[in-house]
Amino acid sequence: MTMAKDDDLVLDGNAVAGTLSEIYGDDMTTVLAECASCGQVDHVGGLVAYVHAPGIVLRCTACSTVMLRIVQTPKRTFVDVRGKRIPEPPVQA
Amino acid sequence: MKRTLEWQIVTVKAIKSETPDVKTLTLSLPDWAAHRPGQHYDVRLTAADGYSAQRSYSVASEPERTGEIDLTVERLADGEVSRFLDDTVVVGDRFEVRGPIGGYFVWDRSIGGPLLLVAGGSGVVPLMAMLRHRGIAGVTNPARLLYSARTYEQIIYRDELEALARKDGLTVSYALTRSQPPGWKGYTRRIDDAMLKDVSQPLGRDALAYICGPTALVEVAADGLERVGLPAQHIRTERFGPTGS
Repeated sequence: MTMAKDDDLVLDGNAVAGTLSEIYGDDMTTVLAECASCGQVDHVGGLVAYVHAPGIVLRCTACSTVMLRIVQTPKRTFVDVRGKRIPEPPVQA
Repeated sequence: MKRTLEWQIVTVKAIKSETPDVKTLTLSLPDWAAHRPGQHYDVRLTAADGYSAQRSYSVASEPERTGEIDLTVERLADGEVSRFLDDTVVVGDRFEVRGPIGGYFVWDRSIGGPLLLVAGGSGVVPLMAMLRHRGIAGVTNPARLLYSARTYEQIIYRDELEALARKDGLTVSYALTRSQPPGWKGYTRRIDDAMLKDVSQPLGRDALAYICGPTALVEVAADGLERVGLPAQHIRTERFGPTGS
């Protein structure tokens, strides 16, 4: 496995728009997110997304700090919001 | 009115081969809604044993076509969903989709402006929805497409792009990175700053840029457009699934 191959697997927030919409009940890709580490501001749709793992991780485009983590299990969805300005998801029923 | 995102069962109405590795599926939707060009649908396949796999595919068709959408799918060597969609699906098959999804990487006539589109490989798909919409909606603002592909045979929508370019203020430039047909007059290298300057300058600094392709191409094009003078807030990107170029 080379770095180039790993890079090919990188997507962006657009690719997880459906899952985000499922969690938040609305489109999240145009929401602005601010990195808690370096202060970079991007649309959620533009964040770097790692989806080829048992979970989804969105990272800052500038410094790669984790902004949002999502893990879905058959019973519930776990969302860990790290970036500033990203709202906490609504409480699940 | 806000529309909740729900899965629906679609029927494959037609299948068209675009290139040896790329097919377009026309899907009939019982609950169709007009998309904004650039949006995508999630596709979910479920096996008899309950195993399911889900991927996102950009809509290739224009929203003016009601009741159906085209998804253009590139076959990936280890893609369990794309291989099914490209190799196994036949007309009349049914599977689940939800959408349209995404409000970030979209363009339509209400946004207007000179338009600069940069595509790598099958990253051209959402940009094609924009160009088809632009043509049908009669938008006359200048538009340019810079499209990087490995070979001439791997250019998706080639005939239609040529037809669109002939009639309505669209200029299409190709960069063929691996091999070129005899007498090729287009670019023969990967996208670089000089190329980006060539295609962006005639549109001026008001141009809106949409870049879609593999991560490496997206980063080169987005950084390069900034270096040749396009403001960062005019540049939108979408990283396309594993393709390489």
